[in-house]
Amino acid sequence: MTASAEPAEITTTTLRQAVALAERPARPSAIAMTLTFGWRALLKIKHVPEQLFDVLVSPVIFTLMFTYLFGGALAGSTSAYIQFLLPGILVQTIVIVTVYTGYTLNTDITKGVFDRFRSLPIWRPAPIVGALLGDTVRYSIASVMTIGLGLILGFRPEGGFVGVVLGVLLLLVFAFSLSWIFTILGLLLRTPNAVMGVSMMVLMPLTFASNIFVDPSTMPAALQRFVEINPVTHLVTAVRGLMAGQPDGSEIVWVLVASVVLTGVFGPITMHLYRTRH
Amino acid sequence: MSASDTGPPRDDLAVDARGLVKHFATRKQVTKAVDGVDLQIPTGSVFGLLGPNGAGKTTVVRMLATLLRPDAGTARVLGHDVVGEADAVRSAVGLTGQYASVDEDLTGTENLLMLARLYGFTGTAARRRVEGLLDAFSLSDAGPRQVKTYSGGMRRRIDLAASLVLAPRVLFLDEPTTGLDPRSRNQVWDIVRVLVADGATVLLTTQYLEEADQLADRIAVIDHGKVIAQGTSTELKRSVGQGAVTMRLADAGQRSAAASVVEKVLGTEPTLATDPYALSARVPDDGADAVAQLLPALGDAGIAVPEFTLGQPSLDEVFLTITGKPLPADDEAEPADAQEVSR
Repeated sequence: MTASAEPAEITTTTLRQAVALAERPARPSAIAMTLTFGWRALLKIKHVPEQLFDVLVSPVIFTLMFTYLFGGALAGSTSAYIQFLLPGILVQTIVIVTVYTGYTLNTDITKGVFDRFRSLPIWRPAPIVGALLGDTVRYSIASVMTIGLGLILGFRPEGGFVGVVLGVLLLLVFAFSLSWIFTILGLLLRTPNAVMGVSMMVLMPLTFASNIFVDPSTMPAALQRFVEINPVTHLVTAVRGLMAGQPDGSEIVWVLVASVVLTGVFGPITMHLYRTRH
Repeated sequence: MSASDTGPPRDDLAVDARGLVKHFATRKQVTKAVDGVDLQIPTGSVFGLLGPNGAGKTTVVRMLATLLRPDAGTARVLGHDVVGEADAVRSAVGLTGQYASVDEDLTGTENLLMLARLYGFTGTAARRRVEGLLDAFSLSDAGPRQVKTYSGGMRRRIDLAASLVLAPRVLFLDEPTTGLDPRSRNQVWDIVRVLVADGATVLLTTQYLEEADQLADRIAVIDHGKVIAQGTSTELKRSVGQGAVTMRLADAGQRSAAASVVEKVLGTEPTLATDPYALSARVPDDGADAVAQLLPALGDAGIAVPEFTLGQPSLDEVFLTITGKPLPADDEAEPADAQEVSR
């Protein structure tokens, strides 16, 4: 309109040319759409690296603190304790990181990004499944960092490279399945911080009242019973077994079945909420 | 508002909504955010949905854009039912509003590229499409920057560009210029005009009367979830009267004296503006002669009037006449779950 310092006015011709579309492209496959959303999740890690910072600081602090403060008292020596502790810390880290799935989803809803996706002619689960896939990358990064720190501190898994990788894979499968609970919270709660708060309230007792830090045999009987049914305990035992080169078949099956059940129950609930949400 | 719940769907309409109803349940009460809205929008026209915050505008748009399922009534967009053929509607519609936003953490280019890929553009075709749009919206330089660093005007342009990736034939613009400075607002208006000239149909919600007046072929005034008046801008204005005189005095102390002169000459009660120097009054239907006598009468009373304008009534006055209350002046947007508080 008027002369101004701002560059280039919008001209009618360029606008016409840019918007005009000779041929509409064919609808992409569900896989392609899901991968596009996975790509978005990776871009978010790139642009907001702070979210990884949170992921990495807590395992570092926990590992250092427990190993050096309590390690000697609990297991006789710090190097003996870290063999026990590290797989547990890894599980704790990843389980807590799954909360971010719900947090991110809720942020998308609050900011209106989510409605843009819902207004597109796309395979409906693509945004959520894609985000979960992207999160898996985040879990992998956190796993590598935690194990790396462990190796520096003297973690020497008997299961070797293969055992560690299998342990991490089992953990990723469980984390992917567990995320569906947090997608539900993400869809139901009003603010991202509420999602964070509620999720942590659930996860703190689950991770502490488990066999992550100590052998439960010294705990009071009532607490022991809780620890035994705690899914985190099963997961830790399975991962520990794989990394120690003594895979516990029944615990691994338990974790896999739990993963199928979690996905089978909470996946459809998430999609139902996603479709009907206003 | 016509109750055309029956009758066959019409092909010449880009949007054909009949008896749309949406309730929201909040804690104890159920509120009718949209309470029986009929909209018939001819292909290639601009339709303005005008109303204050919480009137139900956004809820109507969200139902038409398949984001909300109507509790009652039907709506077809380009002949496709918004419930039964949602995907066909989504392929034909572009949506811009506070609730269909781009991702602030990503760059402008990444946002558009993601949409292009989701629509099925691949490789270089996707890049070309995105670069063309960025260029046309003068965002080429800003493309590699995160959207959160954009100014308000740039932000609205990237939102608009995002809704045009698939060249939609119907565009829903939910308060496209709320919070923009006049220059950015004019840019958005220009863009809308070009799109309409090229055959797009636009449904625009706004609480700015000037915006509806400038852009829309037809306007529906909506309040408490109901369409309370509908017509062209001129028709709506005519329903109020001949127009209004507005004046600004040299001396604020003379305003009450001026008001009584105006009331005597025109026969209508003047409105005192918040500006202590200003007042305005509606002109009655046969008041053309009276207006001519107004300035001399004020002069005779010793009142100096440096500014005097005679204009068509604004849609503000239209709203006041229809609803009995003025449009709210704030420019806050409707909350996402547009809930009525009153009633």
